[in-house]
Amino acid sequence: MRFWEKPFGKEKPKTICGEIHIINDRCKGCSFCIEYCPRNVLEVSKDFNKKGYHPPIVVKPDMCTFCGLCEMICPDFAIFVIEKEDE
Amino acid sequence: MANNTAQLQEKSHPMEDLLRMDRMPHIWCSGCGLGSAVTAFVEGLKKAGVSYDKTAIVSGIGCTGRVAGYLRLDSYHTTHGRAIPFATGLKLANRDLTVVVFSGDGDLFAIGGNHLIHAARRNVDINVICVNNFIYGMTGGQNAPTTPLGAYSSTAPFGNYEMPFNLVGLAAASGASYVARWTTMHARRLTDSIATAANKKGFCFIEIVSPCPTVFARKNNGGTGLDMLKEFQTRAIIDHDADPTTIPLNMDNEIVCGEFVNDDRPTFWENVQAGIKARLEKFANWEEMQSNSRKISHKKDRKYTSSRDSSIMRRNT
Amino acid sequence: MFKKSRLIGEYFMQGDIACAEGALAAGCRFFGGYPITPASEIAERMAMRLPLLRGVFIQYEDEIASIAGILGASWAGAKSMTATSGPGISLMTENIGLGMMMEAPCVVVNVQRGSPSTGLPTSWGQSDMMQARWGSHGDYGSISLVPNSPQEFFDLTITAFNFSEKYRLPVFIMADALVGHMTEKVVIPPVEELEIIDRKYTNKKPEDYLPYDYGKNLIPDFAKAGDGYRYHTTGLTHDKRGYPNMTFECQNELVPRLVNKIKNHVDDISLTEEYDIEGADVIVISYGITSRTILPAITMAKKKGIKIGYLRLKTVWPFPEEKIRKLSKKVAGFVVPEMNLGQISLEVERCAHNDSIVKLVPHPGGGIHKFEDVLHAIEEVAYGK
Repeated sequence: MRFWEKPFGKEKPKTICGEIHIINDRCKGCSFCIEYCPRNVLEVSKDFNKKGYHPPIVVKPDMCTFCGLCEMICPDFAIFVIEKEDE
Repeated sequence: MANNTAQLQEKSHPMEDLLRMDRMPHIWCSGCGLGSAVTAFVEGLKKAGVSYDKTAIVSGIGCTGRVAGYLRLDSYHTTHGRAIPFATGLKLANRDLTVVVFSGDGDLFAIGGNHLIHAARRNVDINVICVNNFIYGMTGGQNAPTTPLGAYSSTAPFGNYEMPFNLVGLAAASGASYVARWTTMHARRLTDSIATAANKKGFCFIEIVSPCPTVFARKNNGGTGLDMLKEFQTRAIIDHDADPTTIPLNMDNEIVCGEFVNDDRPTFWENVQAGIKARLEKFANWEEMQSNSRKISHKKDRKYTSSRDSSIMRRNT
Repeated sequence: MFKKSRLIGEYFMQGDIACAEGALAAGCRFFGGYPITPASEIAERMAMRLPLLRGVFIQYEDEIASIAGILGASWAGAKSMTATSGPGISLMTENIGLGMMMEAPCVVVNVQRGSPSTGLPTSWGQSDMMQARWGSHGDYGSISLVPNSPQEFFDLTITAFNFSEKYRLPVFIMADALVGHMTEKVVIPPVEELEIIDRKYTNKKPEDYLPYDYGKNLIPDFAKAGDGYRYHTTGLTHDKRGYPNMTFECQNELVPRLVNKIKNHVDDISLTEEYDIEGADVIVISYGITSRTILPAITMAKKKGIKIGYLRLKTVWPFPEEKIRKLSKKVAGFVVPEMNLGQISLEVERCAHNDSIVKLVPHPGGGIHKFEDVLHAIEEVAYGK
């Protein structure tokens, strides 16, 4: 007897994924995006930008769920997310 | 797939159509909540569906006053405290405009306090967004009418000895149709609030509690902007049913957020139109109405409000 | 609305009412004011008339809100006006500076009363003349018109709107409580017979438009809110884009232009009334109600054989410097009766510059000159000391 049905045609459910774009030279290193990402996708980088701040880098790109909170909370318009297209 | 920023620079930030990109980066400090407030505003405007060409933004002086300079709308950077009457004039002269006043707590409630309460009383159809950072940021950290009791500022080196204003309470008591308070951390709810206010007629007031790391936090052991946001997160509760006059902001108490007032009251212009219509129905022509007004003091029927005595000598100052 | 909303004809009208009617004839459709004696009648008349002409009347909570409101209305495209007296102008001064900096056309009526401070609310004076030029901080050009009768109050209000629209700045009408409250015959012509100037709107596309780009006449083209131009304007020193640019270069380009756009057009703006100037030994320079109250003195001086000329300034600011300089070389002296303790006489002295005597006949306000004082001054100048 089969107890568990696989969703039709798919191995596992497809979730939305986001593609994060960081405009490095606008970042002022406040770390709001890093702190408030619900899935800890971002971390402080060791590099400097033009102004001497440490912008964020994406460390877990596949964990991004396109919630958009980083884009909304960034005070410097330095990060935004677009929906990743299906492969 | 690595999201390497170098590969993806050719895409532009989705808000760039509403920002003056030739003036970026903006002057606000690292960790300041103003950028988040502007982001929420831009998203809120997009969500509200108002025409950008018909939206005008007026701001006063201060850090928040610089918002007008960064938004790609018809924007006016006016004198300290006078953004609201300017916006009233703008709105009444062209009632198709959506007029937003974006200014700070000192600009709107200290020097501009009188204008705010009267605009709220009249229920002029403008949206006022007040970014409250508890201090006068641009000029270096002086006391504001919202600085909490006991907090330090450059003009209160022994601690502030004045009770702060409760901004939402004042706006609600003055008669605003829509009153809400959020912090910059409540990004989505703030966006929704702004969208509601933009489409709502009447005087809409939104207080945005914002971190000021450079002066307020530094003088009050508040840490960085992020530390202040985390503090907001701990202290903030959402209670739409709270009575706005009972929820002040002090150093350590709860930051009660929510949409406290959401009424439908006739706006100033609606009242004007109703009054004119009612009066015109009584008179056959203008001359009769005019002569009626001038002779009012001689009429036995005293139900009109005016009892002018036209003698110059008895006029008061 | 009602028929006969536009008054045409001959009326026996108070000066303040004539001012309000002049504003309406010029196309003013926004009035923001605050009550103050002796200008309250203007607000009251506008309150009654504007709604019937689809205009907006709002009584603001104070004078500061009034001036801010009319600047806002001006940017929305309306011709706007406020009316107040000395104490109100003092309150409005900061935002008048904003109007000058932003180059917003509007009209500010100052029905002068006894000053300083609360002064003589129900009496008149002329002691705010320098404030009209130099009141707000900083350098800027200024235009002030001074009527001397209700008819002229009507006419100069229209002229004030024309100047404000043409030169893009707040224009003062410096009436006084006597002219404001006197009732005389006022003839209101049909609108077709009036010259009405509107501000010059830009015909550039939004992407090419620079809000403070100017041509030879130093006056930028206007764009109102809601037309899709999405410009920025500020009270900070700004460049042609309207963006704040707090550098010396920008200040050097902007502020001299604000001064020169008036200075270069003095011939167009300066309005005077002259009698017997040619060949005169003494010229009496006056403005406002004083120009009427001293007429007996002039008649008497003529009877005594003094060659006396009469120069009435309808435009006090910009001051007609060239005219006075030229005249000062030809006459023995000027007599300047005014209802203050020496304001425009200082300008006359500056322009006369030791070429001729300038005799001030001061009056602190609250009454009119005794014509004997004026006659005495004329004789002093004519016969020399």
